[in-house]
Amino acid sequence: MEAYLDNSATTKITDKVRNIMEKALWEDYGNPSSMHMMGVIAERYMKDAASNIADCLKILPKEIIFTSGGTESNNLALIGYALANHRRGKHIITSSIEHPSVHEPLLFLSENGFDLEFAPVDSTGRVIKDKLYEAINDDTLMVSLMYVNNEIGAVQDIEEIAKEIKSIKKDIVLHVDGVQAFGKYRIYPKRLGIDLLSISGHKIHGPKGIGALYVGDHIRLKPITFGGGHQKGLRSGTENVPAIAGLGQAVLELYEDFDDKIQKMYELKQYFIREISKLEGVTINGLPVETTKEFEMEYIKMTAPHIISVSLEGIRSEVLLHALEERGIYISAGSACSSNNPAPSATLSAIGMPKELMDSTIRISLSDINTKEEIDYALEQIGDIVPYLRKFIRK
Amino acid sequence: MYKAFLIKYAEIGLKGNNRYLFENALRDRISEVIKPLGEYIVSKEQGRIFVECPDSYDYEETVEAIQRVFGISSFSPVVVIDSTEWEDLEKGVGDYVEAMYPQRNFTFKVMAKRAHKNYPMQSPEICSKMGAYLLKRFPELKVDVHDPEVRLTVEVRNKSYVYSHAIPGPGGMPVGTNGRAMLLLSGGIDSPVAGYMISKRGVSMSAVYFHAPPYTSERAKQKVVDLAKQISKYTGKMKLFVVNFTDIQLYIYEKCPHQELTIIMRRYMMRIAEHFAEKEKCLGLVTGESIGQVASQTMQSLASTDDVCNMPVYRPLVAFDKQDIVDIALKIDTYETSIQPYEDCCTIFVAKHPVIKPNIKTIRNSDRKLEEKIDQMIEEALNGVEVINIE
Repeated sequence: MEAYLDNSATTKITDKVRNIMEKALWEDYGNPSSMHMMGVIAERYMKDAASNIADCLKILPKEIIFTSGGTESNNLALIGYALANHRRGKHIITSSIEHPSVHEPLLFLSENGFDLEFAPVDSTGRVIKDKLYEAINDDTLMVSLMYVNNEIGAVQDIEEIAKEIKSIKKDIVLHVDGVQAFGKYRIYPKRLGIDLLSISGHKIHGPKGIGALYVGDHIRLKPITFGGGHQKGLRSGTENVPAIAGLGQAVLELYEDFDDKIQKMYELKQYFIREISKLEGVTINGLPVETTKEFEMEYIKMTAPHIISVSLEGIRSEVLLHALEERGIYISAGSACSSNNPAPSATLSAIGMPKELMDSTIRISLSDINTKEEIDYALEQIGDIVPYLRKFIRK
Repeated sequence: MYKAFLIKYAEIGLKGNNRYLFENALRDRISEVIKPLGEYIVSKEQGRIFVECPDSYDYEETVEAIQRVFGISSFSPVVVIDSTEWEDLEKGVGDYVEAMYPQRNFTFKVMAKRAHKNYPMQSPEICSKMGAYLLKRFPELKVDVHDPEVRLTVEVRNKSYVYSHAIPGPGGMPVGTNGRAMLLLSGGIDSPVAGYMISKRGVSMSAVYFHAPPYTSERAKQKVVDLAKQISKYTGKMKLFVVNFTDIQLYIYEKCPHQELTIIMRRYMMRIAEHFAEKEKCLGLVTGESIGQVASQTMQSLASTDDVCNMPVYRPLVAFDKQDIVDIALKIDTYETSIQPYEDCCTIFVAKHPVIKPNIKTIRNSDRKLEEKIDQMIEEALNGVEVINIE
């Protein structure tokens, strides 16, 4: 039996995504900029995809820029906005648990004249709102927050935060890294008060190497890629038509039976958490502090439906990962450490995880295509391996 | 402009009656490394090896390939003149000097060889006539027969050949002329360098890697395969034996004092390596150990490891400092791969305070605690070996 439980790393594409991509790659291979019919047909794939995304987010197709993925979307949003609007302010606020594709461009900006400030998070990975609001000053240009944290599944209260920061300073722009949240929540940027939203194809059963950035009509960006002026000059380069078509198709399928899919994931998550907690020395990370040993659904639903972060005392996550892989189970190590590469995770540090547990943290990430049988198989194998691995530790 | 390379070798000259074996090995090895680059002709004649290049070839790429062949002391890029007529020869050599040496205020000497004794001029005559021609064409030149700055060699065969400078080769002896050895390849910086050095003495290589899943990952194994590929550019193709070592390691962990774990583990690595070495008709084992580098490489530790070996263990780095090893690793381009951060099986259970000066008798006593199952486990490890052909 196999169980792919690493859906926050990437997902399998759907049949329909594969079909449309094959067609775009093999038959309709024109360049969307060409003036002839082949170009027009290729362009149609892009228009369809943009309109699918626009319908999904309740925005306008012209507010979509296709990029190479979440990383590029985040870079374009942050650097592009900062460069175009630096006269309006130099102060940027973000959280201490952002993905490197937000953290690193912001560090780049801070090395180039911008002031970067980090809002702390609590032990469950939620931004401490008062601290965030206190950080705002006259010079604050933008706030960048991730909707769902990729390591522990913490969810930010984007709507409330958007409202509050804009009531403190009207022209603050909010960028949201929605890569892990898109497809798990109904995100309507205009209603929520999001000005820039990054999404990615391969986290939602679409292809790799494609993403999009929602740029609200009122937002002015500068490009960070220069060339032939594609996509209104914001992202030059011939568009990756097959991948764009695949993204458009994946988006089209997102909200089919949406509530059932989400409910199914939450149930699998609760089941997994309840069962694995029966082992000794297990901590579930990122759940609200009120959560009891029953792991009530109301608390689990305060976290993302698909991400489970578990620390297992005395286990090296990398070894557990490889042991599970031998049995066809694929997961992530919370913080990939080896004897010669100590790389502590920013998120796990920020939520105050003790150092000895960081090396013992795994991430299980679900998709609606996972089954209870797969979860049972994974639980059985983990239950089998953990006591064995605990026998052999470094002394 | 160059159309051929003339290969020179040094130590082969010492080998008396076996000389032709060494020359053939060198010729074959050169053919092997340049074969992927195009249709070269490699021939052996009169104590030299001659490589003729196809019409379109990449000079840099060819030089780089030849430089990886052990046994070559130096080699010269050669200009070929499609004639032996004296006027063509003069013009060709003159053009060569004009193209190669834009600054012509140097001293020179012409040296000549003729393959056919029926060529109308003898070698000294070729030298003096060619020297005179060059002085006339380039008046800035000066002759110095004792210590010239440029030694210009002219060879007359079916065609004529001109060369004047030598590119250093790696030295050593052609791979395969001094038997075969089994390299214990770990994925670190040292063992690939050790394999390279022993191979340089004409030794063919096989290698063994100890894999310990799930403690070591697929990527750690891939790293070792990559390293083997890189050193095979020098050593030629090799077999890599991948041994699953996990059960043996865990058994040692259960039965033996923790601080002796690494030493005892190394003894079993040696025993298993020796088994494959015998199978491959190897004459010795090769390791990257260096005295005192880590606890398992003190002289006492090395003695405790050697205790189980029947074959000689060659440790070419035994007296090297780390930086010297790193320098070679950089030169042979294994360093970047070696420093990839994947755990290898030597570090996973390493004790915080391992024994530094193990007593052989104590180690033997600990080893005896494994008697019950170890032979069977070794048997299983041998049977489960994965053999990867590295080319």
